[in-house]
Amino acid sequence: MAPAESYPEDLRYHAEHDWARVEGEEAVLGVTWYAQDALGELVHYEPPASGATIAKDGIYGEVESVKAVSDLVSPLSGEVLEINQKVADAPETVNEDPYGEGWLVRIRMTDQSEAESLLGAGAYKALLAEQ
Amino acid sequence: MPVQYEGVIPEHRAVRADSGVFDVSHMGELEVEGPKAHEFLQSVLSNDLDRIDPGEAQYTLLTNERGGTVDDLIAYRLEPGRYLLIVNASNREADFAWLKEREIPGSDVRDLSDDYALLAVQGPRSLERLGLGDAPAFTFAEGEVDGVECMVNRTGYTGERGVELMVPSDDGPALWDAVAARGVKPAGLGARDTLRLEVCYPLHGNDIGPDLNPISAGLAWVCALEKDFTGVAELRRVKEEGPERRLAAFVMEEAGIPRQGMPIAGGGEVTSGTHSPMLEKGIGMGYVPTAQAEPGTDLTIDLRGRLRRARVVKKPIYKPEED
Repeated sequence: MAPAESYPEDLRYHAEHDWARVEGEEAVLGVTWYAQDALGELVHYEPPASGATIAKDGIYGEVESVKAVSDLVSPLSGEVLEINQKVADAPETVNEDPYGEGWLVRIRMTDQSEAESLLGAGAYKALLAEQ
Repeated sequence: MPVQYEGVIPEHRAVRADSGVFDVSHMGELEVEGPKAHEFLQSVLSNDLDRIDPGEAQYTLLTNERGGTVDDLIAYRLEPGRYLLIVNASNREADFAWLKEREIPGSDVRDLSDDYALLAVQGPRSLERLGLGDAPAFTFAEGEVDGVECMVNRTGYTGERGVELMVPSDDGPALWDAVAARGVKPAGLGARDTLRLEVCYPLHGNDIGPDLNPISAGLAWVCALEKDFTGVAELRRVKEEGPERRLAAFVMEEAGIPRQGMPIAGGGEVTSGTHSPMLEKGIGMGYVPTAQAEPGTDLTIDLRGRLRRARVVKKPIYKPEED
Protein backbone atom coordinates (compact mmCIF):
# COMPACT_ATOMS: atom_id res chain seq x y z
CA MET A 1 0.00 0.00 0.00
CA ALA A 2 1.17 3.50 -0.76
CA PRO A 3 1.94 5.74 2.22
CA ALA A 4 0.00 8.94 2.97
CA GLU A 5 0.63 11.98 0.81
CA SER A 6 3.73 13.92 1.88
CA TYR A 7 6.38 16.34 0.57
CA PRO A 8 9.39 16.38 2.90
CA GLU A 9 10.82 19.79 3.77
CA ASP A 10 14.44 18.71 3.21
CA LEU A 11 13.95 17.99 -0.51
CA ARG A 12 14.02 20.28 -3.55
CA TYR A 13 11.30 19.83 -6.15
CA HIS A 14 10.95 20.14 -9.91
CA ALA A 15 7.58 21.12 -11.39
CA GLU A 16 7.51 17.84 -13.38
CA HIS A 17 7.04 16.01 -10.06
CA ASP A 18 10.62 14.98 -9.44
CA TRP A 19 12.61 15.57 -6.26
CA ALA A 20 16.29 15.96 -5.39
CA ARG A 21 18.02 15.40 -2.08
CA VAL A 22 21.32 17.33 -2.16
CA GLU A 23 24.13 15.65 -0.19
CA GLY A 24 27.32 17.71 -0.59
CA GLU A 25 28.48 17.38 -4.21
CA GLU A 26 26.07 14.54 -4.84
CA ALA A 27 22.31 14.35 -5.13
CA VAL A 28 19.74 11.59 -5.01
CA LEU A 29 16.76 11.88 -7.40
CA GLY A 30 13.29 10.40 -7.39
CA VAL A 31 9.63 11.08 -8.18
CA THR A 32 7.14 12.66 -5.80
CA TRP A 33 4.21 11.13 -4.00
CA TYR A 34 1.93 12.93 -6.44
CA ALA A 35 3.69 11.35 -9.46
CA GLN A 36 3.52 7.79 -8.16
CA ASP A 37 -0.11 8.26 -7.16
CA ALA A 38 -1.06 9.60 -10.60
CA LEU A 39 0.69 6.71 -12.35
CA GLY A 40 -0.50 3.91 -10.09
CA GLU A 41 1.58 0.84 -9.25
CA LEU A 42 4.83 0.97 -11.16
CA VAL A 43 5.76 -2.13 -13.13
CA HIS A 44 8.86 -0.96 -15.01
CA TYR A 45 11.83 1.36 -14.41
CA GLU A 46 14.00 2.18 -17.38
CA PRO A 47 17.10 3.69 -15.75
CA PRO A 48 19.93 5.66 -17.38
CA ALA A 49 23.30 3.93 -17.77
CA SER A 50 25.69 4.28 -14.87
CA GLY A 51 28.18 6.98 -15.87
CA ALA A 52 25.71 8.73 -18.16
CA THR A 53 25.52 12.50 -18.14
CA ILE A 54 22.11 13.95 -17.42
CA ALA A 55 21.00 17.54 -17.80
CA LYS A 56 18.64 19.65 -15.71
CA ASP A 57 15.14 19.57 -17.26
CA GLY A 58 16.26 16.73 -19.55
CA ILE A 59 14.82 13.21 -19.66
CA TYR A 60 17.00 10.64 -17.92
CA GLY A 61 14.75 7.57 -17.86
CA GLU A 62 11.19 6.29 -17.68
CA VAL A 63 8.86 4.76 -15.20
CA GLU A 64 5.80 2.81 -16.28
CA SER A 65 2.61 1.63 -14.70
CA VAL A 66 0.06 -0.67 -16.32
CA LYS A 67 -1.77 2.45 -17.48
CA ALA A 68 0.96 4.77 -18.67
CA VAL A 69 4.60 5.55 -19.24
CA SER A 70 6.16 8.68 -17.77
CA ASP A 71 9.44 10.37 -18.58
CA LEU A 72 11.77 11.08 -15.70
CA VAL A 73 12.78 14.75 -15.81
CA SER A 74 16.00 15.55 -14.06
CA PRO A 75 15.88 18.39 -11.56
CA LEU A 76 19.68 18.76 -11.71
CA SER A 77 22.62 18.22 -14.07
CA GLY A 78 25.28 15.67 -13.32
CA GLU A 79 26.87 12.31 -13.88
CA VAL A 80 25.04 9.14 -12.85
CA LEU A 81 26.99 7.41 -10.10
CA GLU A 82 24.48 4.74 -9.16
CA ILE A 83 21.05 3.51 -10.10
CA ASN A 84 18.72 1.94 -7.58
CA GLN A 85 18.76 -1.73 -8.47
CA LYS A 86 16.04 -2.45 -5.95
CA VAL A 87 13.63 -0.29 -7.96
CA ALA A 88 14.78 -1.85 -11.23
CA ASP A 89 13.94 -5.28 -9.75
CA ALA A 90 10.79 -4.21 -7.90
CA PRO A 91 9.44 -0.94 -9.35
CA GLU A 92 6.54 -0.88 -6.86
CA THR A 93 9.14 0.14 -4.26
CA VAL A 94 8.59 3.70 -5.58
CA ASN A 95 4.91 3.52 -4.61
CA GLU A 96 5.70 2.11 -1.21
CA ASP A 97 8.40 4.61 -0.28
CA PRO A 98 8.85 7.37 -2.89
CA TYR A 99 11.38 9.41 -0.85
CA GLY A 100 13.31 6.57 0.76
CA GLU A 101 13.79 3.06 -0.67
CA GLY A 102 12.18 4.24 -3.91
CA TRP A 103 14.98 6.65 -4.94
CA LEU A 104 15.97 6.31 -8.61
CA VAL A 105 19.53 7.56 -9.22
CA ARG A 106 22.45 9.10 -7.39
CA ILE A 107 24.38 11.73 -9.34
CA ARG A 108 27.48 13.91 -8.94
CA MET A 109 26.26 17.42 -9.62
CA THR A 110 28.04 19.51 -12.24
CA ASP A 111 26.47 22.80 -11.14
CA GLN A 112 25.53 23.01 -7.50
CA SER A 113 23.86 26.39 -7.95
CA GLU A 114 21.07 24.69 -9.95
CA ALA A 115 19.56 23.40 -6.73
CA GLU A 116 18.66 26.96 -5.75
CA SER A 117 16.34 27.28 -8.75
CA LEU A 118 14.25 24.32 -7.62
CA LEU A 119 11.07 24.59 -5.58
CA GLY A 120 10.84 24.17 -1.85
CA ALA A 121 8.19 21.87 -0.40
CA GLY A 122 5.80 24.77 0.20
CA ALA A 123 6.08 26.11 -3.35
CA TYR A 124 5.67 22.61 -4.82
CA LYS A 125 2.55 21.99 -2.74
CA ALA A 126 1.17 25.35 -3.91
CA LEU A 127 1.80 24.23 -7.50
CA LEU A 128 -0.08 20.97 -6.88
CA ALA A 129 -2.97 22.90 -5.37
CA GLU A 130 -3.35 24.81 -8.65
CA GLN A 131 -3.69 21.61 -10.71
CA MET B 1 -16.62 2.87 -15.31
CA PRO B 2 -13.42 4.32 -13.86
CA VAL B 3 -10.00 3.09 -14.97
CA GLN B 4 -9.47 1.67 -11.50
CA TYR B 5 -10.81 1.54 -7.97
CA GLU B 6 -8.06 0.23 -5.70
CA GLY B 7 -5.53 -0.35 -8.49
CA VAL B 8 -5.29 -2.28 -11.75
CA ILE B 9 -3.08 -5.02 -10.38
CA PRO B 10 -5.04 -5.91 -7.20
CA GLU B 11 -8.29 -5.80 -9.19
CA HIS B 12 -6.82 -8.06 -11.88
CA ARG B 13 -5.57 -10.55 -9.30
CA ALA B 14 -8.94 -10.55 -7.52
CA VAL B 15 -10.67 -11.62 -10.74
CA ARG B 16 -8.15 -14.41 -11.36
CA ALA B 17 -8.24 -15.65 -7.77
CA ASP B 18 -11.82 -14.99 -6.65
CA SER B 19 -14.16 -12.48 -8.32
CA GLY B 20 -14.56 -8.94 -9.54
CA VAL B 21 -17.41 -6.79 -10.85
CA PHE B 22 -17.20 -4.40 -13.79
CA ASP B 23 -19.90 -1.86 -14.59
CA VAL B 24 -20.14 -2.25 -18.35
CA SER B 25 -23.42 -0.36 -18.69
CA HIS B 26 -21.79 1.79 -21.37
CA MET B 27 -22.00 -1.16 -23.78
CA GLY B 28 -24.72 -1.04 -26.42
CA GLU B 29 -27.83 -3.22 -26.50
CA LEU B 30 -29.58 -3.52 -29.85
CA GLU B 31 -32.72 -5.59 -30.31
CA VAL B 32 -33.62 -7.12 -33.64
CA GLU B 33 -37.12 -8.51 -33.91
CA GLY B 34 -39.56 -9.79 -36.51
CA PRO B 35 -40.37 -12.75 -38.74
CA LYS B 36 -37.34 -11.90 -40.88
CA ALA B 37 -34.99 -11.01 -37.98
CA HIS B 38 -33.10 -14.32 -38.22
CA GLU B 39 -32.71 -14.11 -41.99
CA PHE B 40 -31.57 -10.50 -41.76
CA LEU B 41 -28.96 -11.15 -39.09
CA GLN B 42 -27.68 -14.20 -40.97
CA SER B 43 -26.91 -11.85 -43.87
CA VAL B 44 -24.91 -9.32 -41.82
CA LEU B 45 -23.22 -11.38 -39.08
CA SER B 46 -20.29 -13.73 -39.72
CA ASN B 47 -21.18 -16.59 -37.39
CA ASP B 48 -24.04 -19.00 -38.06
CA LEU B 49 -27.12 -18.29 -35.94
CA ASP B 50 -28.59 -21.64 -36.95
CA ARG B 51 -26.14 -23.10 -34.43
CA ILE B 52 -27.95 -21.54 -31.45
CA ASP B 53 -31.41 -21.96 -29.96
CA PRO B 54 -33.40 -19.58 -27.76
CA GLY B 55 -31.53 -19.32 -24.44
CA GLU B 56 -28.15 -19.49 -26.15
CA ALA B 57 -25.68 -16.84 -27.23
CA GLN B 58 -22.90 -16.60 -29.77
CA TYR B 59 -19.76 -14.52 -30.33
CA THR B 60 -19.93 -13.05 -33.82
CA LEU B 61 -18.78 -10.22 -36.07
CA LEU B 62 -20.51 -7.49 -38.01
CA THR B 63 -18.47 -7.43 -41.24
CA ASN B 64 -18.13 -4.93 -44.09
CA GLU B 65 -17.90 -5.55 -47.84
CA ARG B 66 -14.09 -5.58 -47.67
CA GLY B 67 -14.20 -8.40 -45.15
CA GLY B 68 -13.24 -6.03 -42.33
CA THR B 69 -14.84 -5.93 -38.90
CA VAL B 70 -17.39 -3.21 -38.17
CA ASP B 71 -17.69 -4.60 -34.65
CA ASP B 72 -17.48 -7.76 -32.60
CA LEU B 73 -20.46 -8.61 -30.43
CA ILE B 74 -22.47 -11.27 -28.70
CA ALA B 75 -25.84 -12.24 -30.18
CA TYR B 76 -28.39 -13.59 -27.67
CA ARG B 77 -31.27 -15.54 -29.14
CA LEU B 78 -34.22 -14.48 -26.98
CA GLU B 79 -36.90 -16.11 -29.12
CA PRO B 80 -36.79 -17.73 -32.55
CA GLY B 81 -37.41 -14.32 -34.14
CA ARG B 82 -35.97 -11.99 -31.51
CA TYR B 83 -32.31 -11.27 -30.83
CA LEU B 84 -30.37 -9.05 -28.47
CA LEU B 85 -26.97 -7.84 -29.67
CA ILE B 86 -24.55 -6.56 -27.03
CA VAL B 87 -22.03 -4.38 -28.84
CA ASN B 88 -18.99 -2.24 -28.02
CA ALA B 89 -19.85 1.15 -26.50
CA SER B 90 -17.75 3.08 -28.99
CA ASN B 91 -19.46 1.39 -31.94
CA ARG B 92 -23.04 1.50 -30.69
CA GLU B 93 -24.18 4.32 -32.97
CA ALA B 94 -22.26 3.08 -36.00
CA ASP B 95 -23.62 -0.47 -35.53
CA PHE B 96 -27.16 0.79 -35.18
CA ALA B 97 -26.84 2.94 -38.31
CA TRP B 98 -25.21 0.02 -40.19
CA LEU B 99 -28.06 -2.34 -39.30
CA LYS B 100 -30.80 0.23 -39.93
CA GLU B 101 -29.42 0.89 -43.40
CA ARG B 102 -29.53 -2.81 -44.31
CA GLU B 103 -32.69 -3.79 -42.47
CA ILE B 104 -35.17 -5.80 -44.55
CA PRO B 105 -38.99 -5.77 -44.35
CA GLY B 106 -40.02 -8.05 -41.48
CA SER B 107 -37.09 -7.12 -39.25
CA ASP B 108 -36.88 -4.17 -36.91
CA VAL B 109 -33.75 -2.93 -35.18
CA ARG B 110 -34.04 -0.86 -32.00
CA ASP B 111 -31.37 0.72 -29.82
CA LEU B 112 -32.20 -0.10 -26.20
CA SER B 113 -28.81 0.90 -24.81
CA ASP B 114 -30.15 3.61 -22.52
CA ASP B 115 -32.72 1.27 -21.02
CA TYR B 116 -30.30 -1.26 -19.54
CA ALA B 117 -27.45 -1.51 -17.08
CA LEU B 118 -24.93 -4.34 -17.43
CA LEU B 119 -22.60 -5.70 -14.76
CA ALA B 120 -19.93 -8.26 -15.57
CA VAL B 121 -19.16 -10.46 -12.55
CA GLN B 122 -16.11 -12.55 -13.33
CA GLY B 123 -13.78 -14.95 -11.58
CA PRO B 124 -13.58 -18.56 -10.41
CA ARG B 125 -15.76 -17.80 -7.36
CA SER B 126 -18.18 -15.39 -9.09
CA LEU B 127 -21.17 -17.73 -9.32
CA GLU B 128 -20.70 -18.99 -5.79
CA ARG B 129 -20.46 -15.42 -4.50
CA LEU B 130 -23.69 -14.51 -6.28
CA GLY B 131 -25.49 -17.64 -5.16
CA LEU B 132 -26.12 -18.65 -8.75
CA GLY B 133 -25.95 -22.18 -10.06
CA ASP B 134 -23.56 -22.98 -12.88
CA ALA B 135 -24.73 -23.15 -16.47
CA PRO B 136 -22.91 -23.83 -19.74
CA ALA B 137 -20.95 -20.91 -21.20
CA PHE B 138 -22.88 -18.88 -23.77
CA THR B 139 -26.30 -19.59 -22.30
CA PHE B 140 -28.59 -17.19 -20.47
CA ALA B 141 -31.68 -17.28 -18.27
CA GLU B 142 -33.78 -15.14 -15.99
CA GLY B 143 -32.42 -15.00 -12.46
CA GLU B 144 -32.07 -12.81 -9.42
CA VAL B 145 -29.45 -11.59 -6.99
CA ASP B 146 -30.81 -10.65 -3.56
CA GLY B 147 -34.20 -9.79 -4.96
CA VAL B 148 -32.96 -7.87 -8.00
CA GLU B 149 -34.28 -9.67 -11.06
CA CYS B 150 -31.89 -9.80 -13.99
CA MET B 151 -30.97 -11.57 -17.18
CA VAL B 152 -28.04 -13.82 -16.27
CA ASN B 153 -25.69 -14.36 -19.20
CA ARG B 154 -22.85 -16.87 -18.91
CA THR B 155 -20.50 -14.66 -20.88
CA GLY B 156 -17.55 -12.37 -20.19
CA TYR B 157 -14.30 -10.81 -21.34
CA THR B 158 -11.77 -12.15 -18.84
CA GLY B 159 -11.35 -15.83 -19.69
CA GLU B 160 -12.69 -16.73 -16.25
CA ARG B 161 -15.96 -18.37 -15.33
CA GLY B 162 -18.52 -15.63 -14.83
CA VAL B 163 -21.72 -13.89 -15.78
CA GLU B 164 -22.93 -10.64 -17.24
CA LEU B 165 -26.07 -9.40 -15.49
CA MET B 166 -28.48 -7.21 -17.42
CA VAL B 167 -31.15 -5.15 -15.65
CA PRO B 168 -33.32 -2.12 -16.41
CA SER B 169 -31.15 0.99 -15.86
CA ASP B 170 -33.05 1.97 -12.72
CA ASP B 171 -32.07 -1.31 -11.03
CA GLY B 172 -28.37 -0.91 -11.84
CA PRO B 173 -27.30 0.76 -8.57
CA ALA B 174 -29.22 -1.78 -6.44
CA LEU B 175 -27.65 -4.66 -8.33
CA TRP B 176 -24.16 -3.16 -7.99
CA ASP B 177 -24.66 -2.79 -4.23
CA ALA B 178 -25.98 -6.35 -3.91
CA VAL B 179 -23.02 -7.78 -5.83
CA ALA B 180 -20.47 -5.73 -3.89
CA ALA B 181 -22.11 -6.72 -0.60
CA ARG B 182 -21.46 -10.35 -1.52
CA GLY B 183 -17.73 -9.68 -1.44
CA VAL B 184 -17.12 -9.22 -5.15
CA LYS B 185 -14.36 -6.66 -5.71
CA PRO B 186 -15.13 -3.59 -7.86
CA ALA B 187 -12.84 -3.55 -10.91
CA GLY B 188 -12.25 -0.93 -13.58
CA LEU B 189 -11.40 -0.52 -17.23
CA GLY B 190 -7.69 -0.98 -16.59
CA ALA B 191 -8.10 -4.50 -15.23
CA ARG B 192 -10.67 -5.29 -17.91
CA ASP B 193 -7.98 -4.61 -20.51
CA THR B 194 -5.16 -6.55 -18.82
CA LEU B 195 -7.48 -9.52 -18.20
CA ARG B 196 -8.71 -9.73 -21.77
CA LEU B 197 -5.23 -9.36 -23.20
CA GLU B 198 -3.81 -12.18 -21.05
CA VAL B 199 -6.39 -14.50 -22.64
CA CYS B 200 -5.95 -12.91 -26.11
CA TYR B 201 -9.49 -11.67 -26.59
CA PRO B 202 -9.30 -9.04 -29.33
CA LEU B 203 -10.27 -5.42 -28.67
CA HIS B 204 -12.11 -3.70 -31.51
CA GLY B 205 -10.19 -0.61 -32.54
CA ASN B 206 -6.88 -2.21 -31.53
CA ASP B 207 -6.66 -5.80 -32.74
CA ILE B 208 -9.60 -5.91 -35.12
CA GLY B 209 -11.27 -3.19 -37.15
CA PRO B 210 -12.86 -2.14 -40.44
CA ASP B 211 -9.57 -2.52 -42.34
CA LEU B 212 -8.42 -5.75 -40.71
CA ASN B 213 -9.83 -9.11 -41.71
CA PRO B 214 -10.87 -11.59 -39.04
CA ILE B 215 -9.07 -14.51 -40.68
CA SER B 216 -5.74 -12.74 -40.01
CA ALA B 217 -6.95 -12.03 -36.48
CA GLY B 218 -7.45 -15.75 -35.77
CA LEU B 219 -11.23 -15.42 -35.82
CA ALA B 220 -11.95 -17.84 -38.68
CA TRP B 221 -13.82 -19.93 -36.09
CA VAL B 222 -16.57 -17.31 -35.97
CA CYS B 223 -16.76 -16.89 -39.75
CA ALA B 224 -19.24 -19.37 -41.25
CA LEU B 225 -17.83 -19.16 -44.76
CA GLU B 226 -20.36 -21.68 -46.11
CA LYS B 227 -23.20 -19.16 -45.62
CA ASP B 228 -23.73 -15.80 -47.34
CA PHE B 229 -23.01 -12.64 -45.35
CA THR B 230 -21.47 -9.24 -46.00
CA GLY B 231 -17.86 -9.58 -47.14
CA VAL B 232 -17.89 -13.38 -47.33
CA ALA B 233 -16.31 -13.47 -50.80
CA GLU B 234 -13.25 -11.57 -49.60
CA LEU B 235 -12.99 -13.72 -46.48
CA ARG B 236 -13.19 -16.92 -48.55
CA ARG B 237 -10.38 -15.59 -50.73
CA VAL B 238 -8.17 -14.75 -47.70
CA LYS B 239 -8.90 -18.13 -46.16
CA GLU B 240 -8.07 -19.98 -49.39
CA GLU B 241 -4.91 -18.04 -50.18
CA GLY B 242 -3.84 -17.84 -46.54
CA PRO B 243 -3.47 -14.48 -44.81
CA GLU B 244 -0.28 -12.50 -45.42
CA ARG B 245 -0.22 -11.36 -41.81
CA ARG B 246 -1.45 -12.87 -38.60
CA LEU B 247 -2.26 -11.56 -35.17
CA ALA B 248 0.41 -13.10 -32.97
CA ALA B 249 0.53 -13.14 -29.18
CA PHE B 250 3.90 -12.53 -27.57
CA VAL B 251 5.67 -12.28 -24.22
CA MET B 252 8.61 -9.94 -23.65
CA GLU B 253 11.91 -11.75 -23.07
CA GLU B 254 13.56 -8.50 -21.98
CA ALA B 255 12.44 -5.64 -19.75
CA GLY B 256 9.86 -3.16 -20.95
CA ILE B 257 6.19 -2.91 -21.74
CA PRO B 258 4.96 -3.04 -25.32
CA ARG B 259 2.24 -0.57 -26.29
CA GLN B 260 -0.14 -0.14 -29.20
CA GLY B 261 1.58 1.22 -32.31
CA MET B 262 5.13 0.09 -31.53
CA PRO B 263 6.92 -1.35 -34.58
CA ILE B 264 7.92 -5.01 -34.71
CA ALA B 265 11.05 -5.69 -36.82
CA GLY B 266 10.15 -7.32 -40.12
CA GLY B 267 7.10 -5.19 -40.85
CA GLY B 268 4.81 -5.88 -37.91
CA GLU B 269 3.12 -3.65 -35.37
CA VAL B 270 1.86 -4.03 -31.81
CA THR B 271 -1.92 -3.63 -31.64
CA SER B 272 -2.30 -4.23 -27.88
CA GLY B 273 0.31 -4.31 -25.17
CA THR B 274 0.48 -4.17 -21.41
CA HIS B 275 2.10 -5.54 -18.30
CA SER B 276 0.73 -8.97 -17.37
CA PRO B 277 0.01 -9.11 -13.63
CA MET B 278 0.02 -12.94 -13.76
CA LEU B 279 3.28 -13.38 -15.71
CA GLU B 280 4.82 -10.15 -14.35
CA LYS B 281 6.18 -9.43 -17.81
CA GLY B 282 5.29 -7.31 -20.80
CA ILE B 283 2.80 -9.03 -23.11
CA GLY B 284 0.97 -8.12 -26.26
CA MET B 285 -0.51 -8.94 -29.60
CA GLY B 286 0.42 -7.61 -32.99
CA TYR B 287 0.18 -8.28 -36.69
CA VAL B 288 3.31 -9.87 -38.15
CA PRO B 289 4.06 -11.55 -41.50
CA THR B 290 2.64 -15.09 -41.35
CA ALA B 291 6.14 -16.63 -41.25
CA GLN B 292 6.82 -14.77 -37.97
CA ALA B 293 3.55 -15.77 -36.32
CA GLU B 294 4.57 -19.33 -35.31
CA PRO B 295 4.89 -19.88 -31.54
CA GLY B 296 8.55 -19.86 -30.55
CA THR B 297 9.54 -17.20 -33.08
CA ASP B 298 11.71 -14.41 -31.71
CA LEU B 299 10.47 -10.88 -32.37
CA THR B 300 12.27 -7.58 -31.91
CA ILE B 301 10.05 -4.74 -30.74
CA ASP B 302 10.97 -1.07 -30.83
CA LEU B 303 10.09 0.26 -27.37
CA ARG B 304 10.50 3.98 -27.93
CA GLY B 305 13.89 3.56 -29.55
CA ARG B 306 15.06 0.58 -27.51
CA LEU B 307 15.07 -2.75 -29.36
CA ARG B 308 13.82 -5.48 -27.04
CA ARG B 309 13.29 -9.18 -27.61
CA ALA B 310 9.91 -10.92 -27.37
CA ARG B 311 8.79 -14.45 -28.18
CA VAL B 312 5.64 -15.52 -29.98
CA VAL B 313 3.50 -17.81 -27.80
CA LYS B 314 0.48 -19.98 -28.36
CA LYS B 315 -2.78 -18.22 -27.44
CA PRO B 316 -3.91 -17.66 -24.77
CA ILE B 317 -0.89 -16.01 -23.16
CA TYR B 318 -2.28 -16.94 -19.75
CA LYS B 319 -4.58 -19.92 -19.30
CA PRO B 320 -7.04 -19.57 -16.40
CA GLU B 321 -6.96 -22.49 -13.99
CA GLU B 322 -9.59 -25.14 -14.51
CA ASP B 323 -12.20 -25.53 -11.79
